[in-house]
Amino acid sequence: MKGRLLTKLIAAAALAAAMAGCSDADFTDAEKRTIASMALSALAPLPADPTNRFADNPGAAALGATLFFDTGMSRDGNVACGTCHKIDRQFQDDLPRGIGVAQTNRRTMPLAGVARDPFFFWDGRRDSLWSQALVPLENPLEHAGTRTSYAHYIKRRFGERYERIFRPLPDLDGLPTSAGPFGTPAEQAAWRAMTVQQRDGVDLVFADIGKAMAAFERSLVHAPTRFDRFADALAKGTAPAGDAVLSEEEEAGLRLFIGKANCSTCHTGPRFTDNHFHNTGVPPVAGLPVDRGRIAVVDEVRADPFNCLGKFRDGGEEACGELRFMQKSSPELVRAYKTPSLRGVADRPPYMHAGQFATLEQVVDHYVRAQASVEGETEIHPLQLSDRERAALVAFLKTLSD
Amino acid sequence: MGSTGRMVVGAFGLVALAVGFLAVVFLTAPAAPGPDLARAKTSVKGLYSVAIAPETSEPRQGDLHSWIVTVTTRQGTPVDNASFTIGGGMPEHAHGLPTSPEATAYLGDGRYRIEGMKFSMTGWWQLKFGITAPVGADEATFNLVL
Ligand code: HEC
Ligand code: HEC
Ligand SMILES: [Cu+2]
Repeated sequence: MKGRLLTKLIAAAALAAAMAGCSDADFTDAEKRTIASMALSALAPLPADPTNRFADNPGAAALGATLFFDTGMSRDGNVACGTCHKIDRQFQDDLPRGIGVAQTNRRTMPLAGVARDPFFFWDGRRDSLWSQALVPLENPLEHAGTRTSYAHYIKRRFGERYERIFRPLPDLDGLPTSAGPFGTPAEQAAWRAMTVQQRDGVDLVFADIGKAMAAFERSLVHAPTRFDRFADALAKGTAPAGDAVLSEEEEAGLRLFIGKANCSTCHTGPRFTDNHFHNTGVPPVAGLPVDRGRIAVVDEVRADPFNCLGKFRDGGEEACGELRFMQKSSPELVRAYKTPSLRGVADRPPYMHAGQFATLEQVVDHYVRAQASVEGETEIHPLQLSDRERAALVAFLKTLSD
Repeated sequence: MGSTGRMVVGAFGLVALAVGFLAVVFLTAPAAPGPDLARAKTSVKGLYSVAIAPETSEPRQGDLHSWIVTVTTRQGTPVDNASFTIGGGMPEHAHGLPTSPEATAYLGDGRYRIEGMKFSMTGWWQLKFGITAPVGADEATFNLVL
């Protein structure tokens, strides 16, 4: 009698759940659509970059790859892009702050899929992949070199290759071995002493270096993971099997990610990013210079001589919408940082723009508490998540790695 | 099984069915009435008729795109000297637009091109147009759901 009662109850409950279309193992149609939109297979083809006419030139990409890993492209001969953007580490370095010639104030960003972004760096202070590459080359904490030294180096080591891809090199004879607008006071003075025409010639080679590196970086893509296999199966209406299965906990985490925990409002689409900037209340690191995020660099990106509206852009000005119509003064830009992609995230702690959190558990805790921002307003609101739900979120994030 | 036992079981079954039924009703009922999605309306003070349309296809999340805003007087005369302020955002997220769109061209017949629009998230967005022309200043707010 008791046993039959229980059976009937269970059957009734199952029926009720099935009728409502929300048994624990099933996703609603809306959830399924969201999940399908996050699969790598939903990623559109990489758009062309008309501002860099060498963007899809194989010779330029090959030269860019060589330069990316060439420590000769630095003042002390010890630093390449690949020093911090490590090829076997998702093109990042596992450190809270990147270290080149000296330690920087930000975490090295992984580079898969980066060519799809409208702005670069945690604060978006450059508007193209090719103008981005020029910044570390002259940053005294990173490659610490100067423009004329790079131009001389290209001529000496890669002159023929350069000219085959780009254009005849300018006449560099008699130009200072090391001069540039961000070098030592002597190097800056030497730069100012050059004629406008000489500086323009060097700047053109410098921009081409960036364009070659950008062509290489366009080839860095995300690899599909277990989440993608699961999402593809779900979209096809087949039961995920083998290495496409998510555990009950991982599914619960996925449901939270796109539901109650609101993560997918910002970490959206196949790259898990909206490519925008948000204040999420991440605390600053004690001892580092004041970091105000996006608001501090609005003028810098607009004034950058290598930006889309400058004379080094290929193609027409119609490609410059992101720069022309960028948000320039909103209070939301205070301590706003770029939403990072979450693909591969479990394999590359620490997290956030200055490596503030050591584990994904700490990250989830940060979102649950939603502490106030030291400056400006955080967009995060406190979450009610049980310990099990927090663990489920972390378990789901790990499915973006294997 | 005694008759009381059977009745208890039957009652449980009925309750479960009722729960199931309610669940269906609850889950399939339309969500709270959404915002007014009309793309043509009269401005707040009644000075203008304002209509908006994406210049090419319906906007997709994350794409920079343009809109055409058509402004006429209530009598239908095209307004051809209008200037615009463009604002908005996501009311549910308390943030503004991710870009700062601008009216960049007058196309004739009261039609203006608004460039630089972007919706960085899915959900409910508002677009607020402040319109100033010789007739006076007025505004119109449109809702969009992505
Ligand atoms: C000293 C370590 C270091 C070196 C060397 C370095 N980077 Fe970086 N990279 C970083 C750090 C740190 C950031 C984030 C900096 C910031 O936001 O201010 C970054 C950001 C980037 C980004 C932006 C990614 C995004 O999602 O916006 C790109 C692209 C990039 N680096 C490419 C390069 C290239 C190309 C080179 C060589 C010319 C290079 N990096 C050299 C540490 C380094
Ligand atoms: C309002 C937009 C927004 C929402 C909502 C949001 N994030 Fe983030 N997320 C960001 C931004 C911006 C950063 C980088 C912040 C920084 O470095 O200051 C970030 C960083 C992260 C990181 C670190 C990644 C890395 O490479 O450093 C993880 C992990 C993460 N978020 C997971 C989540 C989870 C899980 C949720 C839901 C509980 C969530 N996010 C909700 C915008 C958001
Ligand atoms: Cu929003």
